[in-house]
Amino acid sequence: MKKIEAIIKPFKLDEVKDALNKIGVQGMTVTEVKGFGRQKGHVELYRGAEYDITFVPKIKIEIVVAETLVEKTIETIEAAAKTGKVGDGKIFIYSVNEVVRIRTGEKGNSAI
Amino acid sequence: MKRLVSVLILMFWLIATAGAVFAEEAKVEAPTPTPMATATEQAAPAQPAPTAEKPPIKADDVQKNANFVWTLVAAFLVFFMQAGFAMVETGFTRAKNAVNIMMKNLMDFAMGSLAYWAIGFGIMFGVSATGWFGTDGFFFSDFVKEKDPWLFAFWMFQVVFAATAATIVSGAMAERTKFASYLIYSAVVSALIYPVFGSWAWGGLFHGKGWLEKLGFVDFAGSTVVHSIGGWIALAGAIALGPRIGKFGKDGKPKAIPGHNIPLAALGVFILWFGWFGFNPGSTTAAIPDIAKIAVNTNLAAAAGTIGALMISWIMFKKPDASMTLNGSLAGLVAITAGCNNVMPTSAVILGFIAGILVVLSVVFIEKVFKVDDPVGAVSVHGVCGAWGTLAAGLFNAEGASMQIIGVQVLGIVAAFLWAFTTGYILFKMLKVTVGLRVTPEEELEGLDIGEHGNIAYPDFQVHQSKGV
Repeated sequence: MKKIEAIIKPFKLDEVKDALNKIGVQGMTVTEVKGFGRQKGHVELYRGAEYDITFVPKIKIEIVVAETLVEKTIETIEAAAKTGKVGDGKIFIYSVNEVVRIRTGEKGNSAI
Repeated sequence: MKRLVSVLILMFWLIATAGAVFAEEAKVEAPTPTPMATATEQAAPAQPAPTAEKPPIKADDVQKNANFVWTLVAAFLVFFMQAGFAMVETGFTRAKNAVNIMMKNLMDFAMGSLAYWAIGFGIMFGVSATGWFGTDGFFFSDFVKEKDPWLFAFWMFQVVFAATAATIVSGAMAERTKFASYLIYSAVVSALIYPVFGSWAWGGLFHGKGWLEKLGFVDFAGSTVVHSIGGWIALAGAIALGPRIGKFGKDGKPKAIPGHNIPLAALGVFILWFGWFGFNPGSTTAAIPDIAKIAVNTNLAAAAGTIGALMISWIMFKKPDASMTLNGSLAGLVAITAGCNNVMPTSAVILGFIAGILVVLSVVFIEKVFKVDDPVGAVSVHGVCGAWGTLAAGLFNAEGASMQIIGVQVLGIVAAFLWAFTTGYILFKMLKVTVGLRVTPEEELEGLDIGEHGNIAYPDFQVHQSKGV
């Protein structure tokens, strides 16, 4: 089992969610986050004075999938979230030791 | 806090007793000359006689009634400008101070109304032997003597002007001023600082005779009398207070502190633009055809000011800045106020356009060069564009400009600056050493809504930000 964490542009969330549903991803956790990467935010002017928008709003998606679905999931997110411009985001993959469904006590792949 | 409440109660008690004493003194004088009284009643036939036969209505009566209606409707429009000022100020500042800003805008009108009734009106329009200030007419004592209801219409129109001058200052001092201090300031400006200058330029509109109007000073609706006076006191206040925490970096470079609600600020500007149709055309205090040209001049200058500010901010900042463009509308309005009755519409467009450019340059200059923090641009809009408008009223005079006219205009501009800035600065310095002028840094960071009033403007709406910037 792997946990896939993707930081994407907020307006891409619906597209990514629909694409993942199509390939059989059952659930996800979504958080509104702020941050910066190599672009280091941007500078705007208000009444002639500068102000930094250092932390740009993004969406973080967390998904746990069985090993068989990992590559497909990553490809799908990459394809759906891509605009080709700076700030499209990143995907991180972690190993998951165990998953427990609280209601039934199921463990492993069947708990995902 | 208890001390402040008791001081306020004492103030109101003093005002009330003084009022009663004045009224009684005047009453004693009033009933004695009976033949005089009947003579004045005959001279003013507008008073409906209580007898069965009504005298026929004459054209003069209709005109007189129309004057009352127009002056009062205009006064009510100008009153609505208080809402405009409140919305502009809160829109350009942060959510954590919105309650405080509403309270300041409400209270300067309430305090100002009573102060102007008790003291201010008498100083501004009372009989002035010296030309420097009036000395009678306090607490409506003129009405007790003369029984002429015109006093009430005229007072109503003047009190909303006094309140306009007072409320301008609130914006420049936003987000860091102690509420108690602001209350005292409101009373002093409406009772003394505004009326003294007012008596110099406008005293002759009622019982007074000011030195400046004797020289031929032109300020039809108050670019200087109302707006510059407010603007220069605002400058004194902003200097005496110092900038908001986080406004200037360690290198002295100004940082933006974006306002929390630009739509509300825009609503405020629309309300002010609307109210200005009472401010300028109403300053005829008579229902006469002149009001049409004055309304047109007012609108054209405001439109040109908006476009001027839009263009210069687009060029300077690469994007058309909304808050600067909104300031541009107000700049045009302030600038046309002095000359709205004596310039041609083309001149109104030119002077309004220049005001729109001037206000943007002035906001940047005051911030970057003087290092003065004026969150809403009150000094630039009202002080600088008020001075420009007063000069423009001389330059663009439809009947020809002369060095003499322009000289008197400049004299009035300089006199307004010296009077308002100096008295304002002394007042704020005195408040600083007595009541205290500024809240603690902790309170400023948390927001004045909690610190001064114990509640917040939008409890269910957003996370309350406690960080400085």
